[in-house]
Amino acid sequence: MPDATGLELVAAEVRDKFGDETVVGTHYYREAATLEVKPESARDVVGYLMEDAKEPYDFLASLHGCDYFPDEPRLSVHYQLLARERADRLCVKVRMGVDEAEVPTITDIFPGASFDERETYDMFGIVFTGHPDLRRILMPEDYVGYPLRRDFPMGGEPVIFTFNEGQMPRWYE
Amino acid sequence: MEVIRQPLNGEGGGEDLRIRQVRARQLLRGELEGEDLERYVEERVLMTTLEQAQNWARANAVWPLGFGLACCAIEMITTLAGPRTDLSRFGAEVTRSSPRQADMLILSGRVSIKMAPIIRRLYDQMLEPKWVISMGACASTAGMFNNYALVQGADKFLPVDVYVPGCPPRPEALAYGVIKLQNKIKGQPDLGWRERYQSYGTEEQSA
Repeated sequence: MPDATGLELVAAEVRDKFGDETVVGTHYYREAATLEVKPESARDVVGYLMEDAKEPYDFLASLHGCDYFPDEPRLSVHYQLLARERADRLCVKVRMGVDEAEVPTITDIFPGASFDERETYDMFGIVFTGHPDLRRILMPEDYVGYPLRRDFPMGGEPVIFTFNEGQMPRWYE
Repeated sequence: MEVIRQPLNGEGGGEDLRIRQVRARQLLRGELEGEDLERYVEERVLMTTLEQAQNWARANAVWPLGFGLACCAIEMITTLAGPRTDLSRFGAEVTRSSPRQADMLILSGRVSIKMAPIIRRLYDQMLEPKWVISMGACASTAGMFNNYALVQGADKFLPVDVYVPGCPPRPEALAYGVIKLQNKIKGQPDLGWRERYQSYGTEEQSA
């Protein structure tokens, strides 16, 4: 992990390269460094950190989405980068609202990100523009809705527990 | 139909193995005559109906489909092929890779909505007669996965004969389920708690 100072150095490097408004913020929490950037520049920043940065991160360990409901903007995509030689990790995060849930694809940099992006699209409805084959990957093709969004109903069948049996009067009939 | 094996060592009414061997040899050579011959044939001919014989044969050769769904599948493999609960004792160890050759479908694990049509198709491809064992909590009721992804109980889309509870069930439990299924095939379903407790007439009535 870069420490808090190292994270600021990475952020300064990205600012120098792409302009001040690209970096939305830096978060250093429990020894995990997160660099938050604007959604439209996610691909450029990840590509830069992978190849051209002073201390490059050569491996995409994970790509996933998250729903921060009720915080706004709600949706986010996390790119967990790993520098294998230095054993150094950095999280690049973008956040966007439900209505403008679009982020450029990074499959041209990391072809292995293809399935991760499809899964993120499947579960959160985040569109990765430029992805060669953006289809659902886990849920059935004709499934409606994005099940890991916080406002998606739980599904399944109602189960009676002691805490809610009073809400269903005479359920035993 | 009950098949009783006589003990070979002469205890419990059975004849000595040596005597029986000698008699079988005599029959083959045509040396057995008269009362001895009649007794020999009487001991070895079994009178039954064709249906019963058919069910007996079916029950002792339930070939499962080699099909695993989730973590219960590991337990299923152990049960089918492992040395401890060797299901070949009950004629149910020959896992077939094609549903056309299988008699029994063991639903071993959670059934996702996406997998359900595939399982239904496998079930439809199996030849009659066919049986289904729902193994574990997930296949029976979706277990703890009360969510968007899973079918809440596999019996929503195919008929299930035996439910084996557990998460996962012990190999002994699955073997017991197979024996239950065999009894069901033989026409002796031992679902008999109502008989045991003489509880007829206590069924829940829908008003």
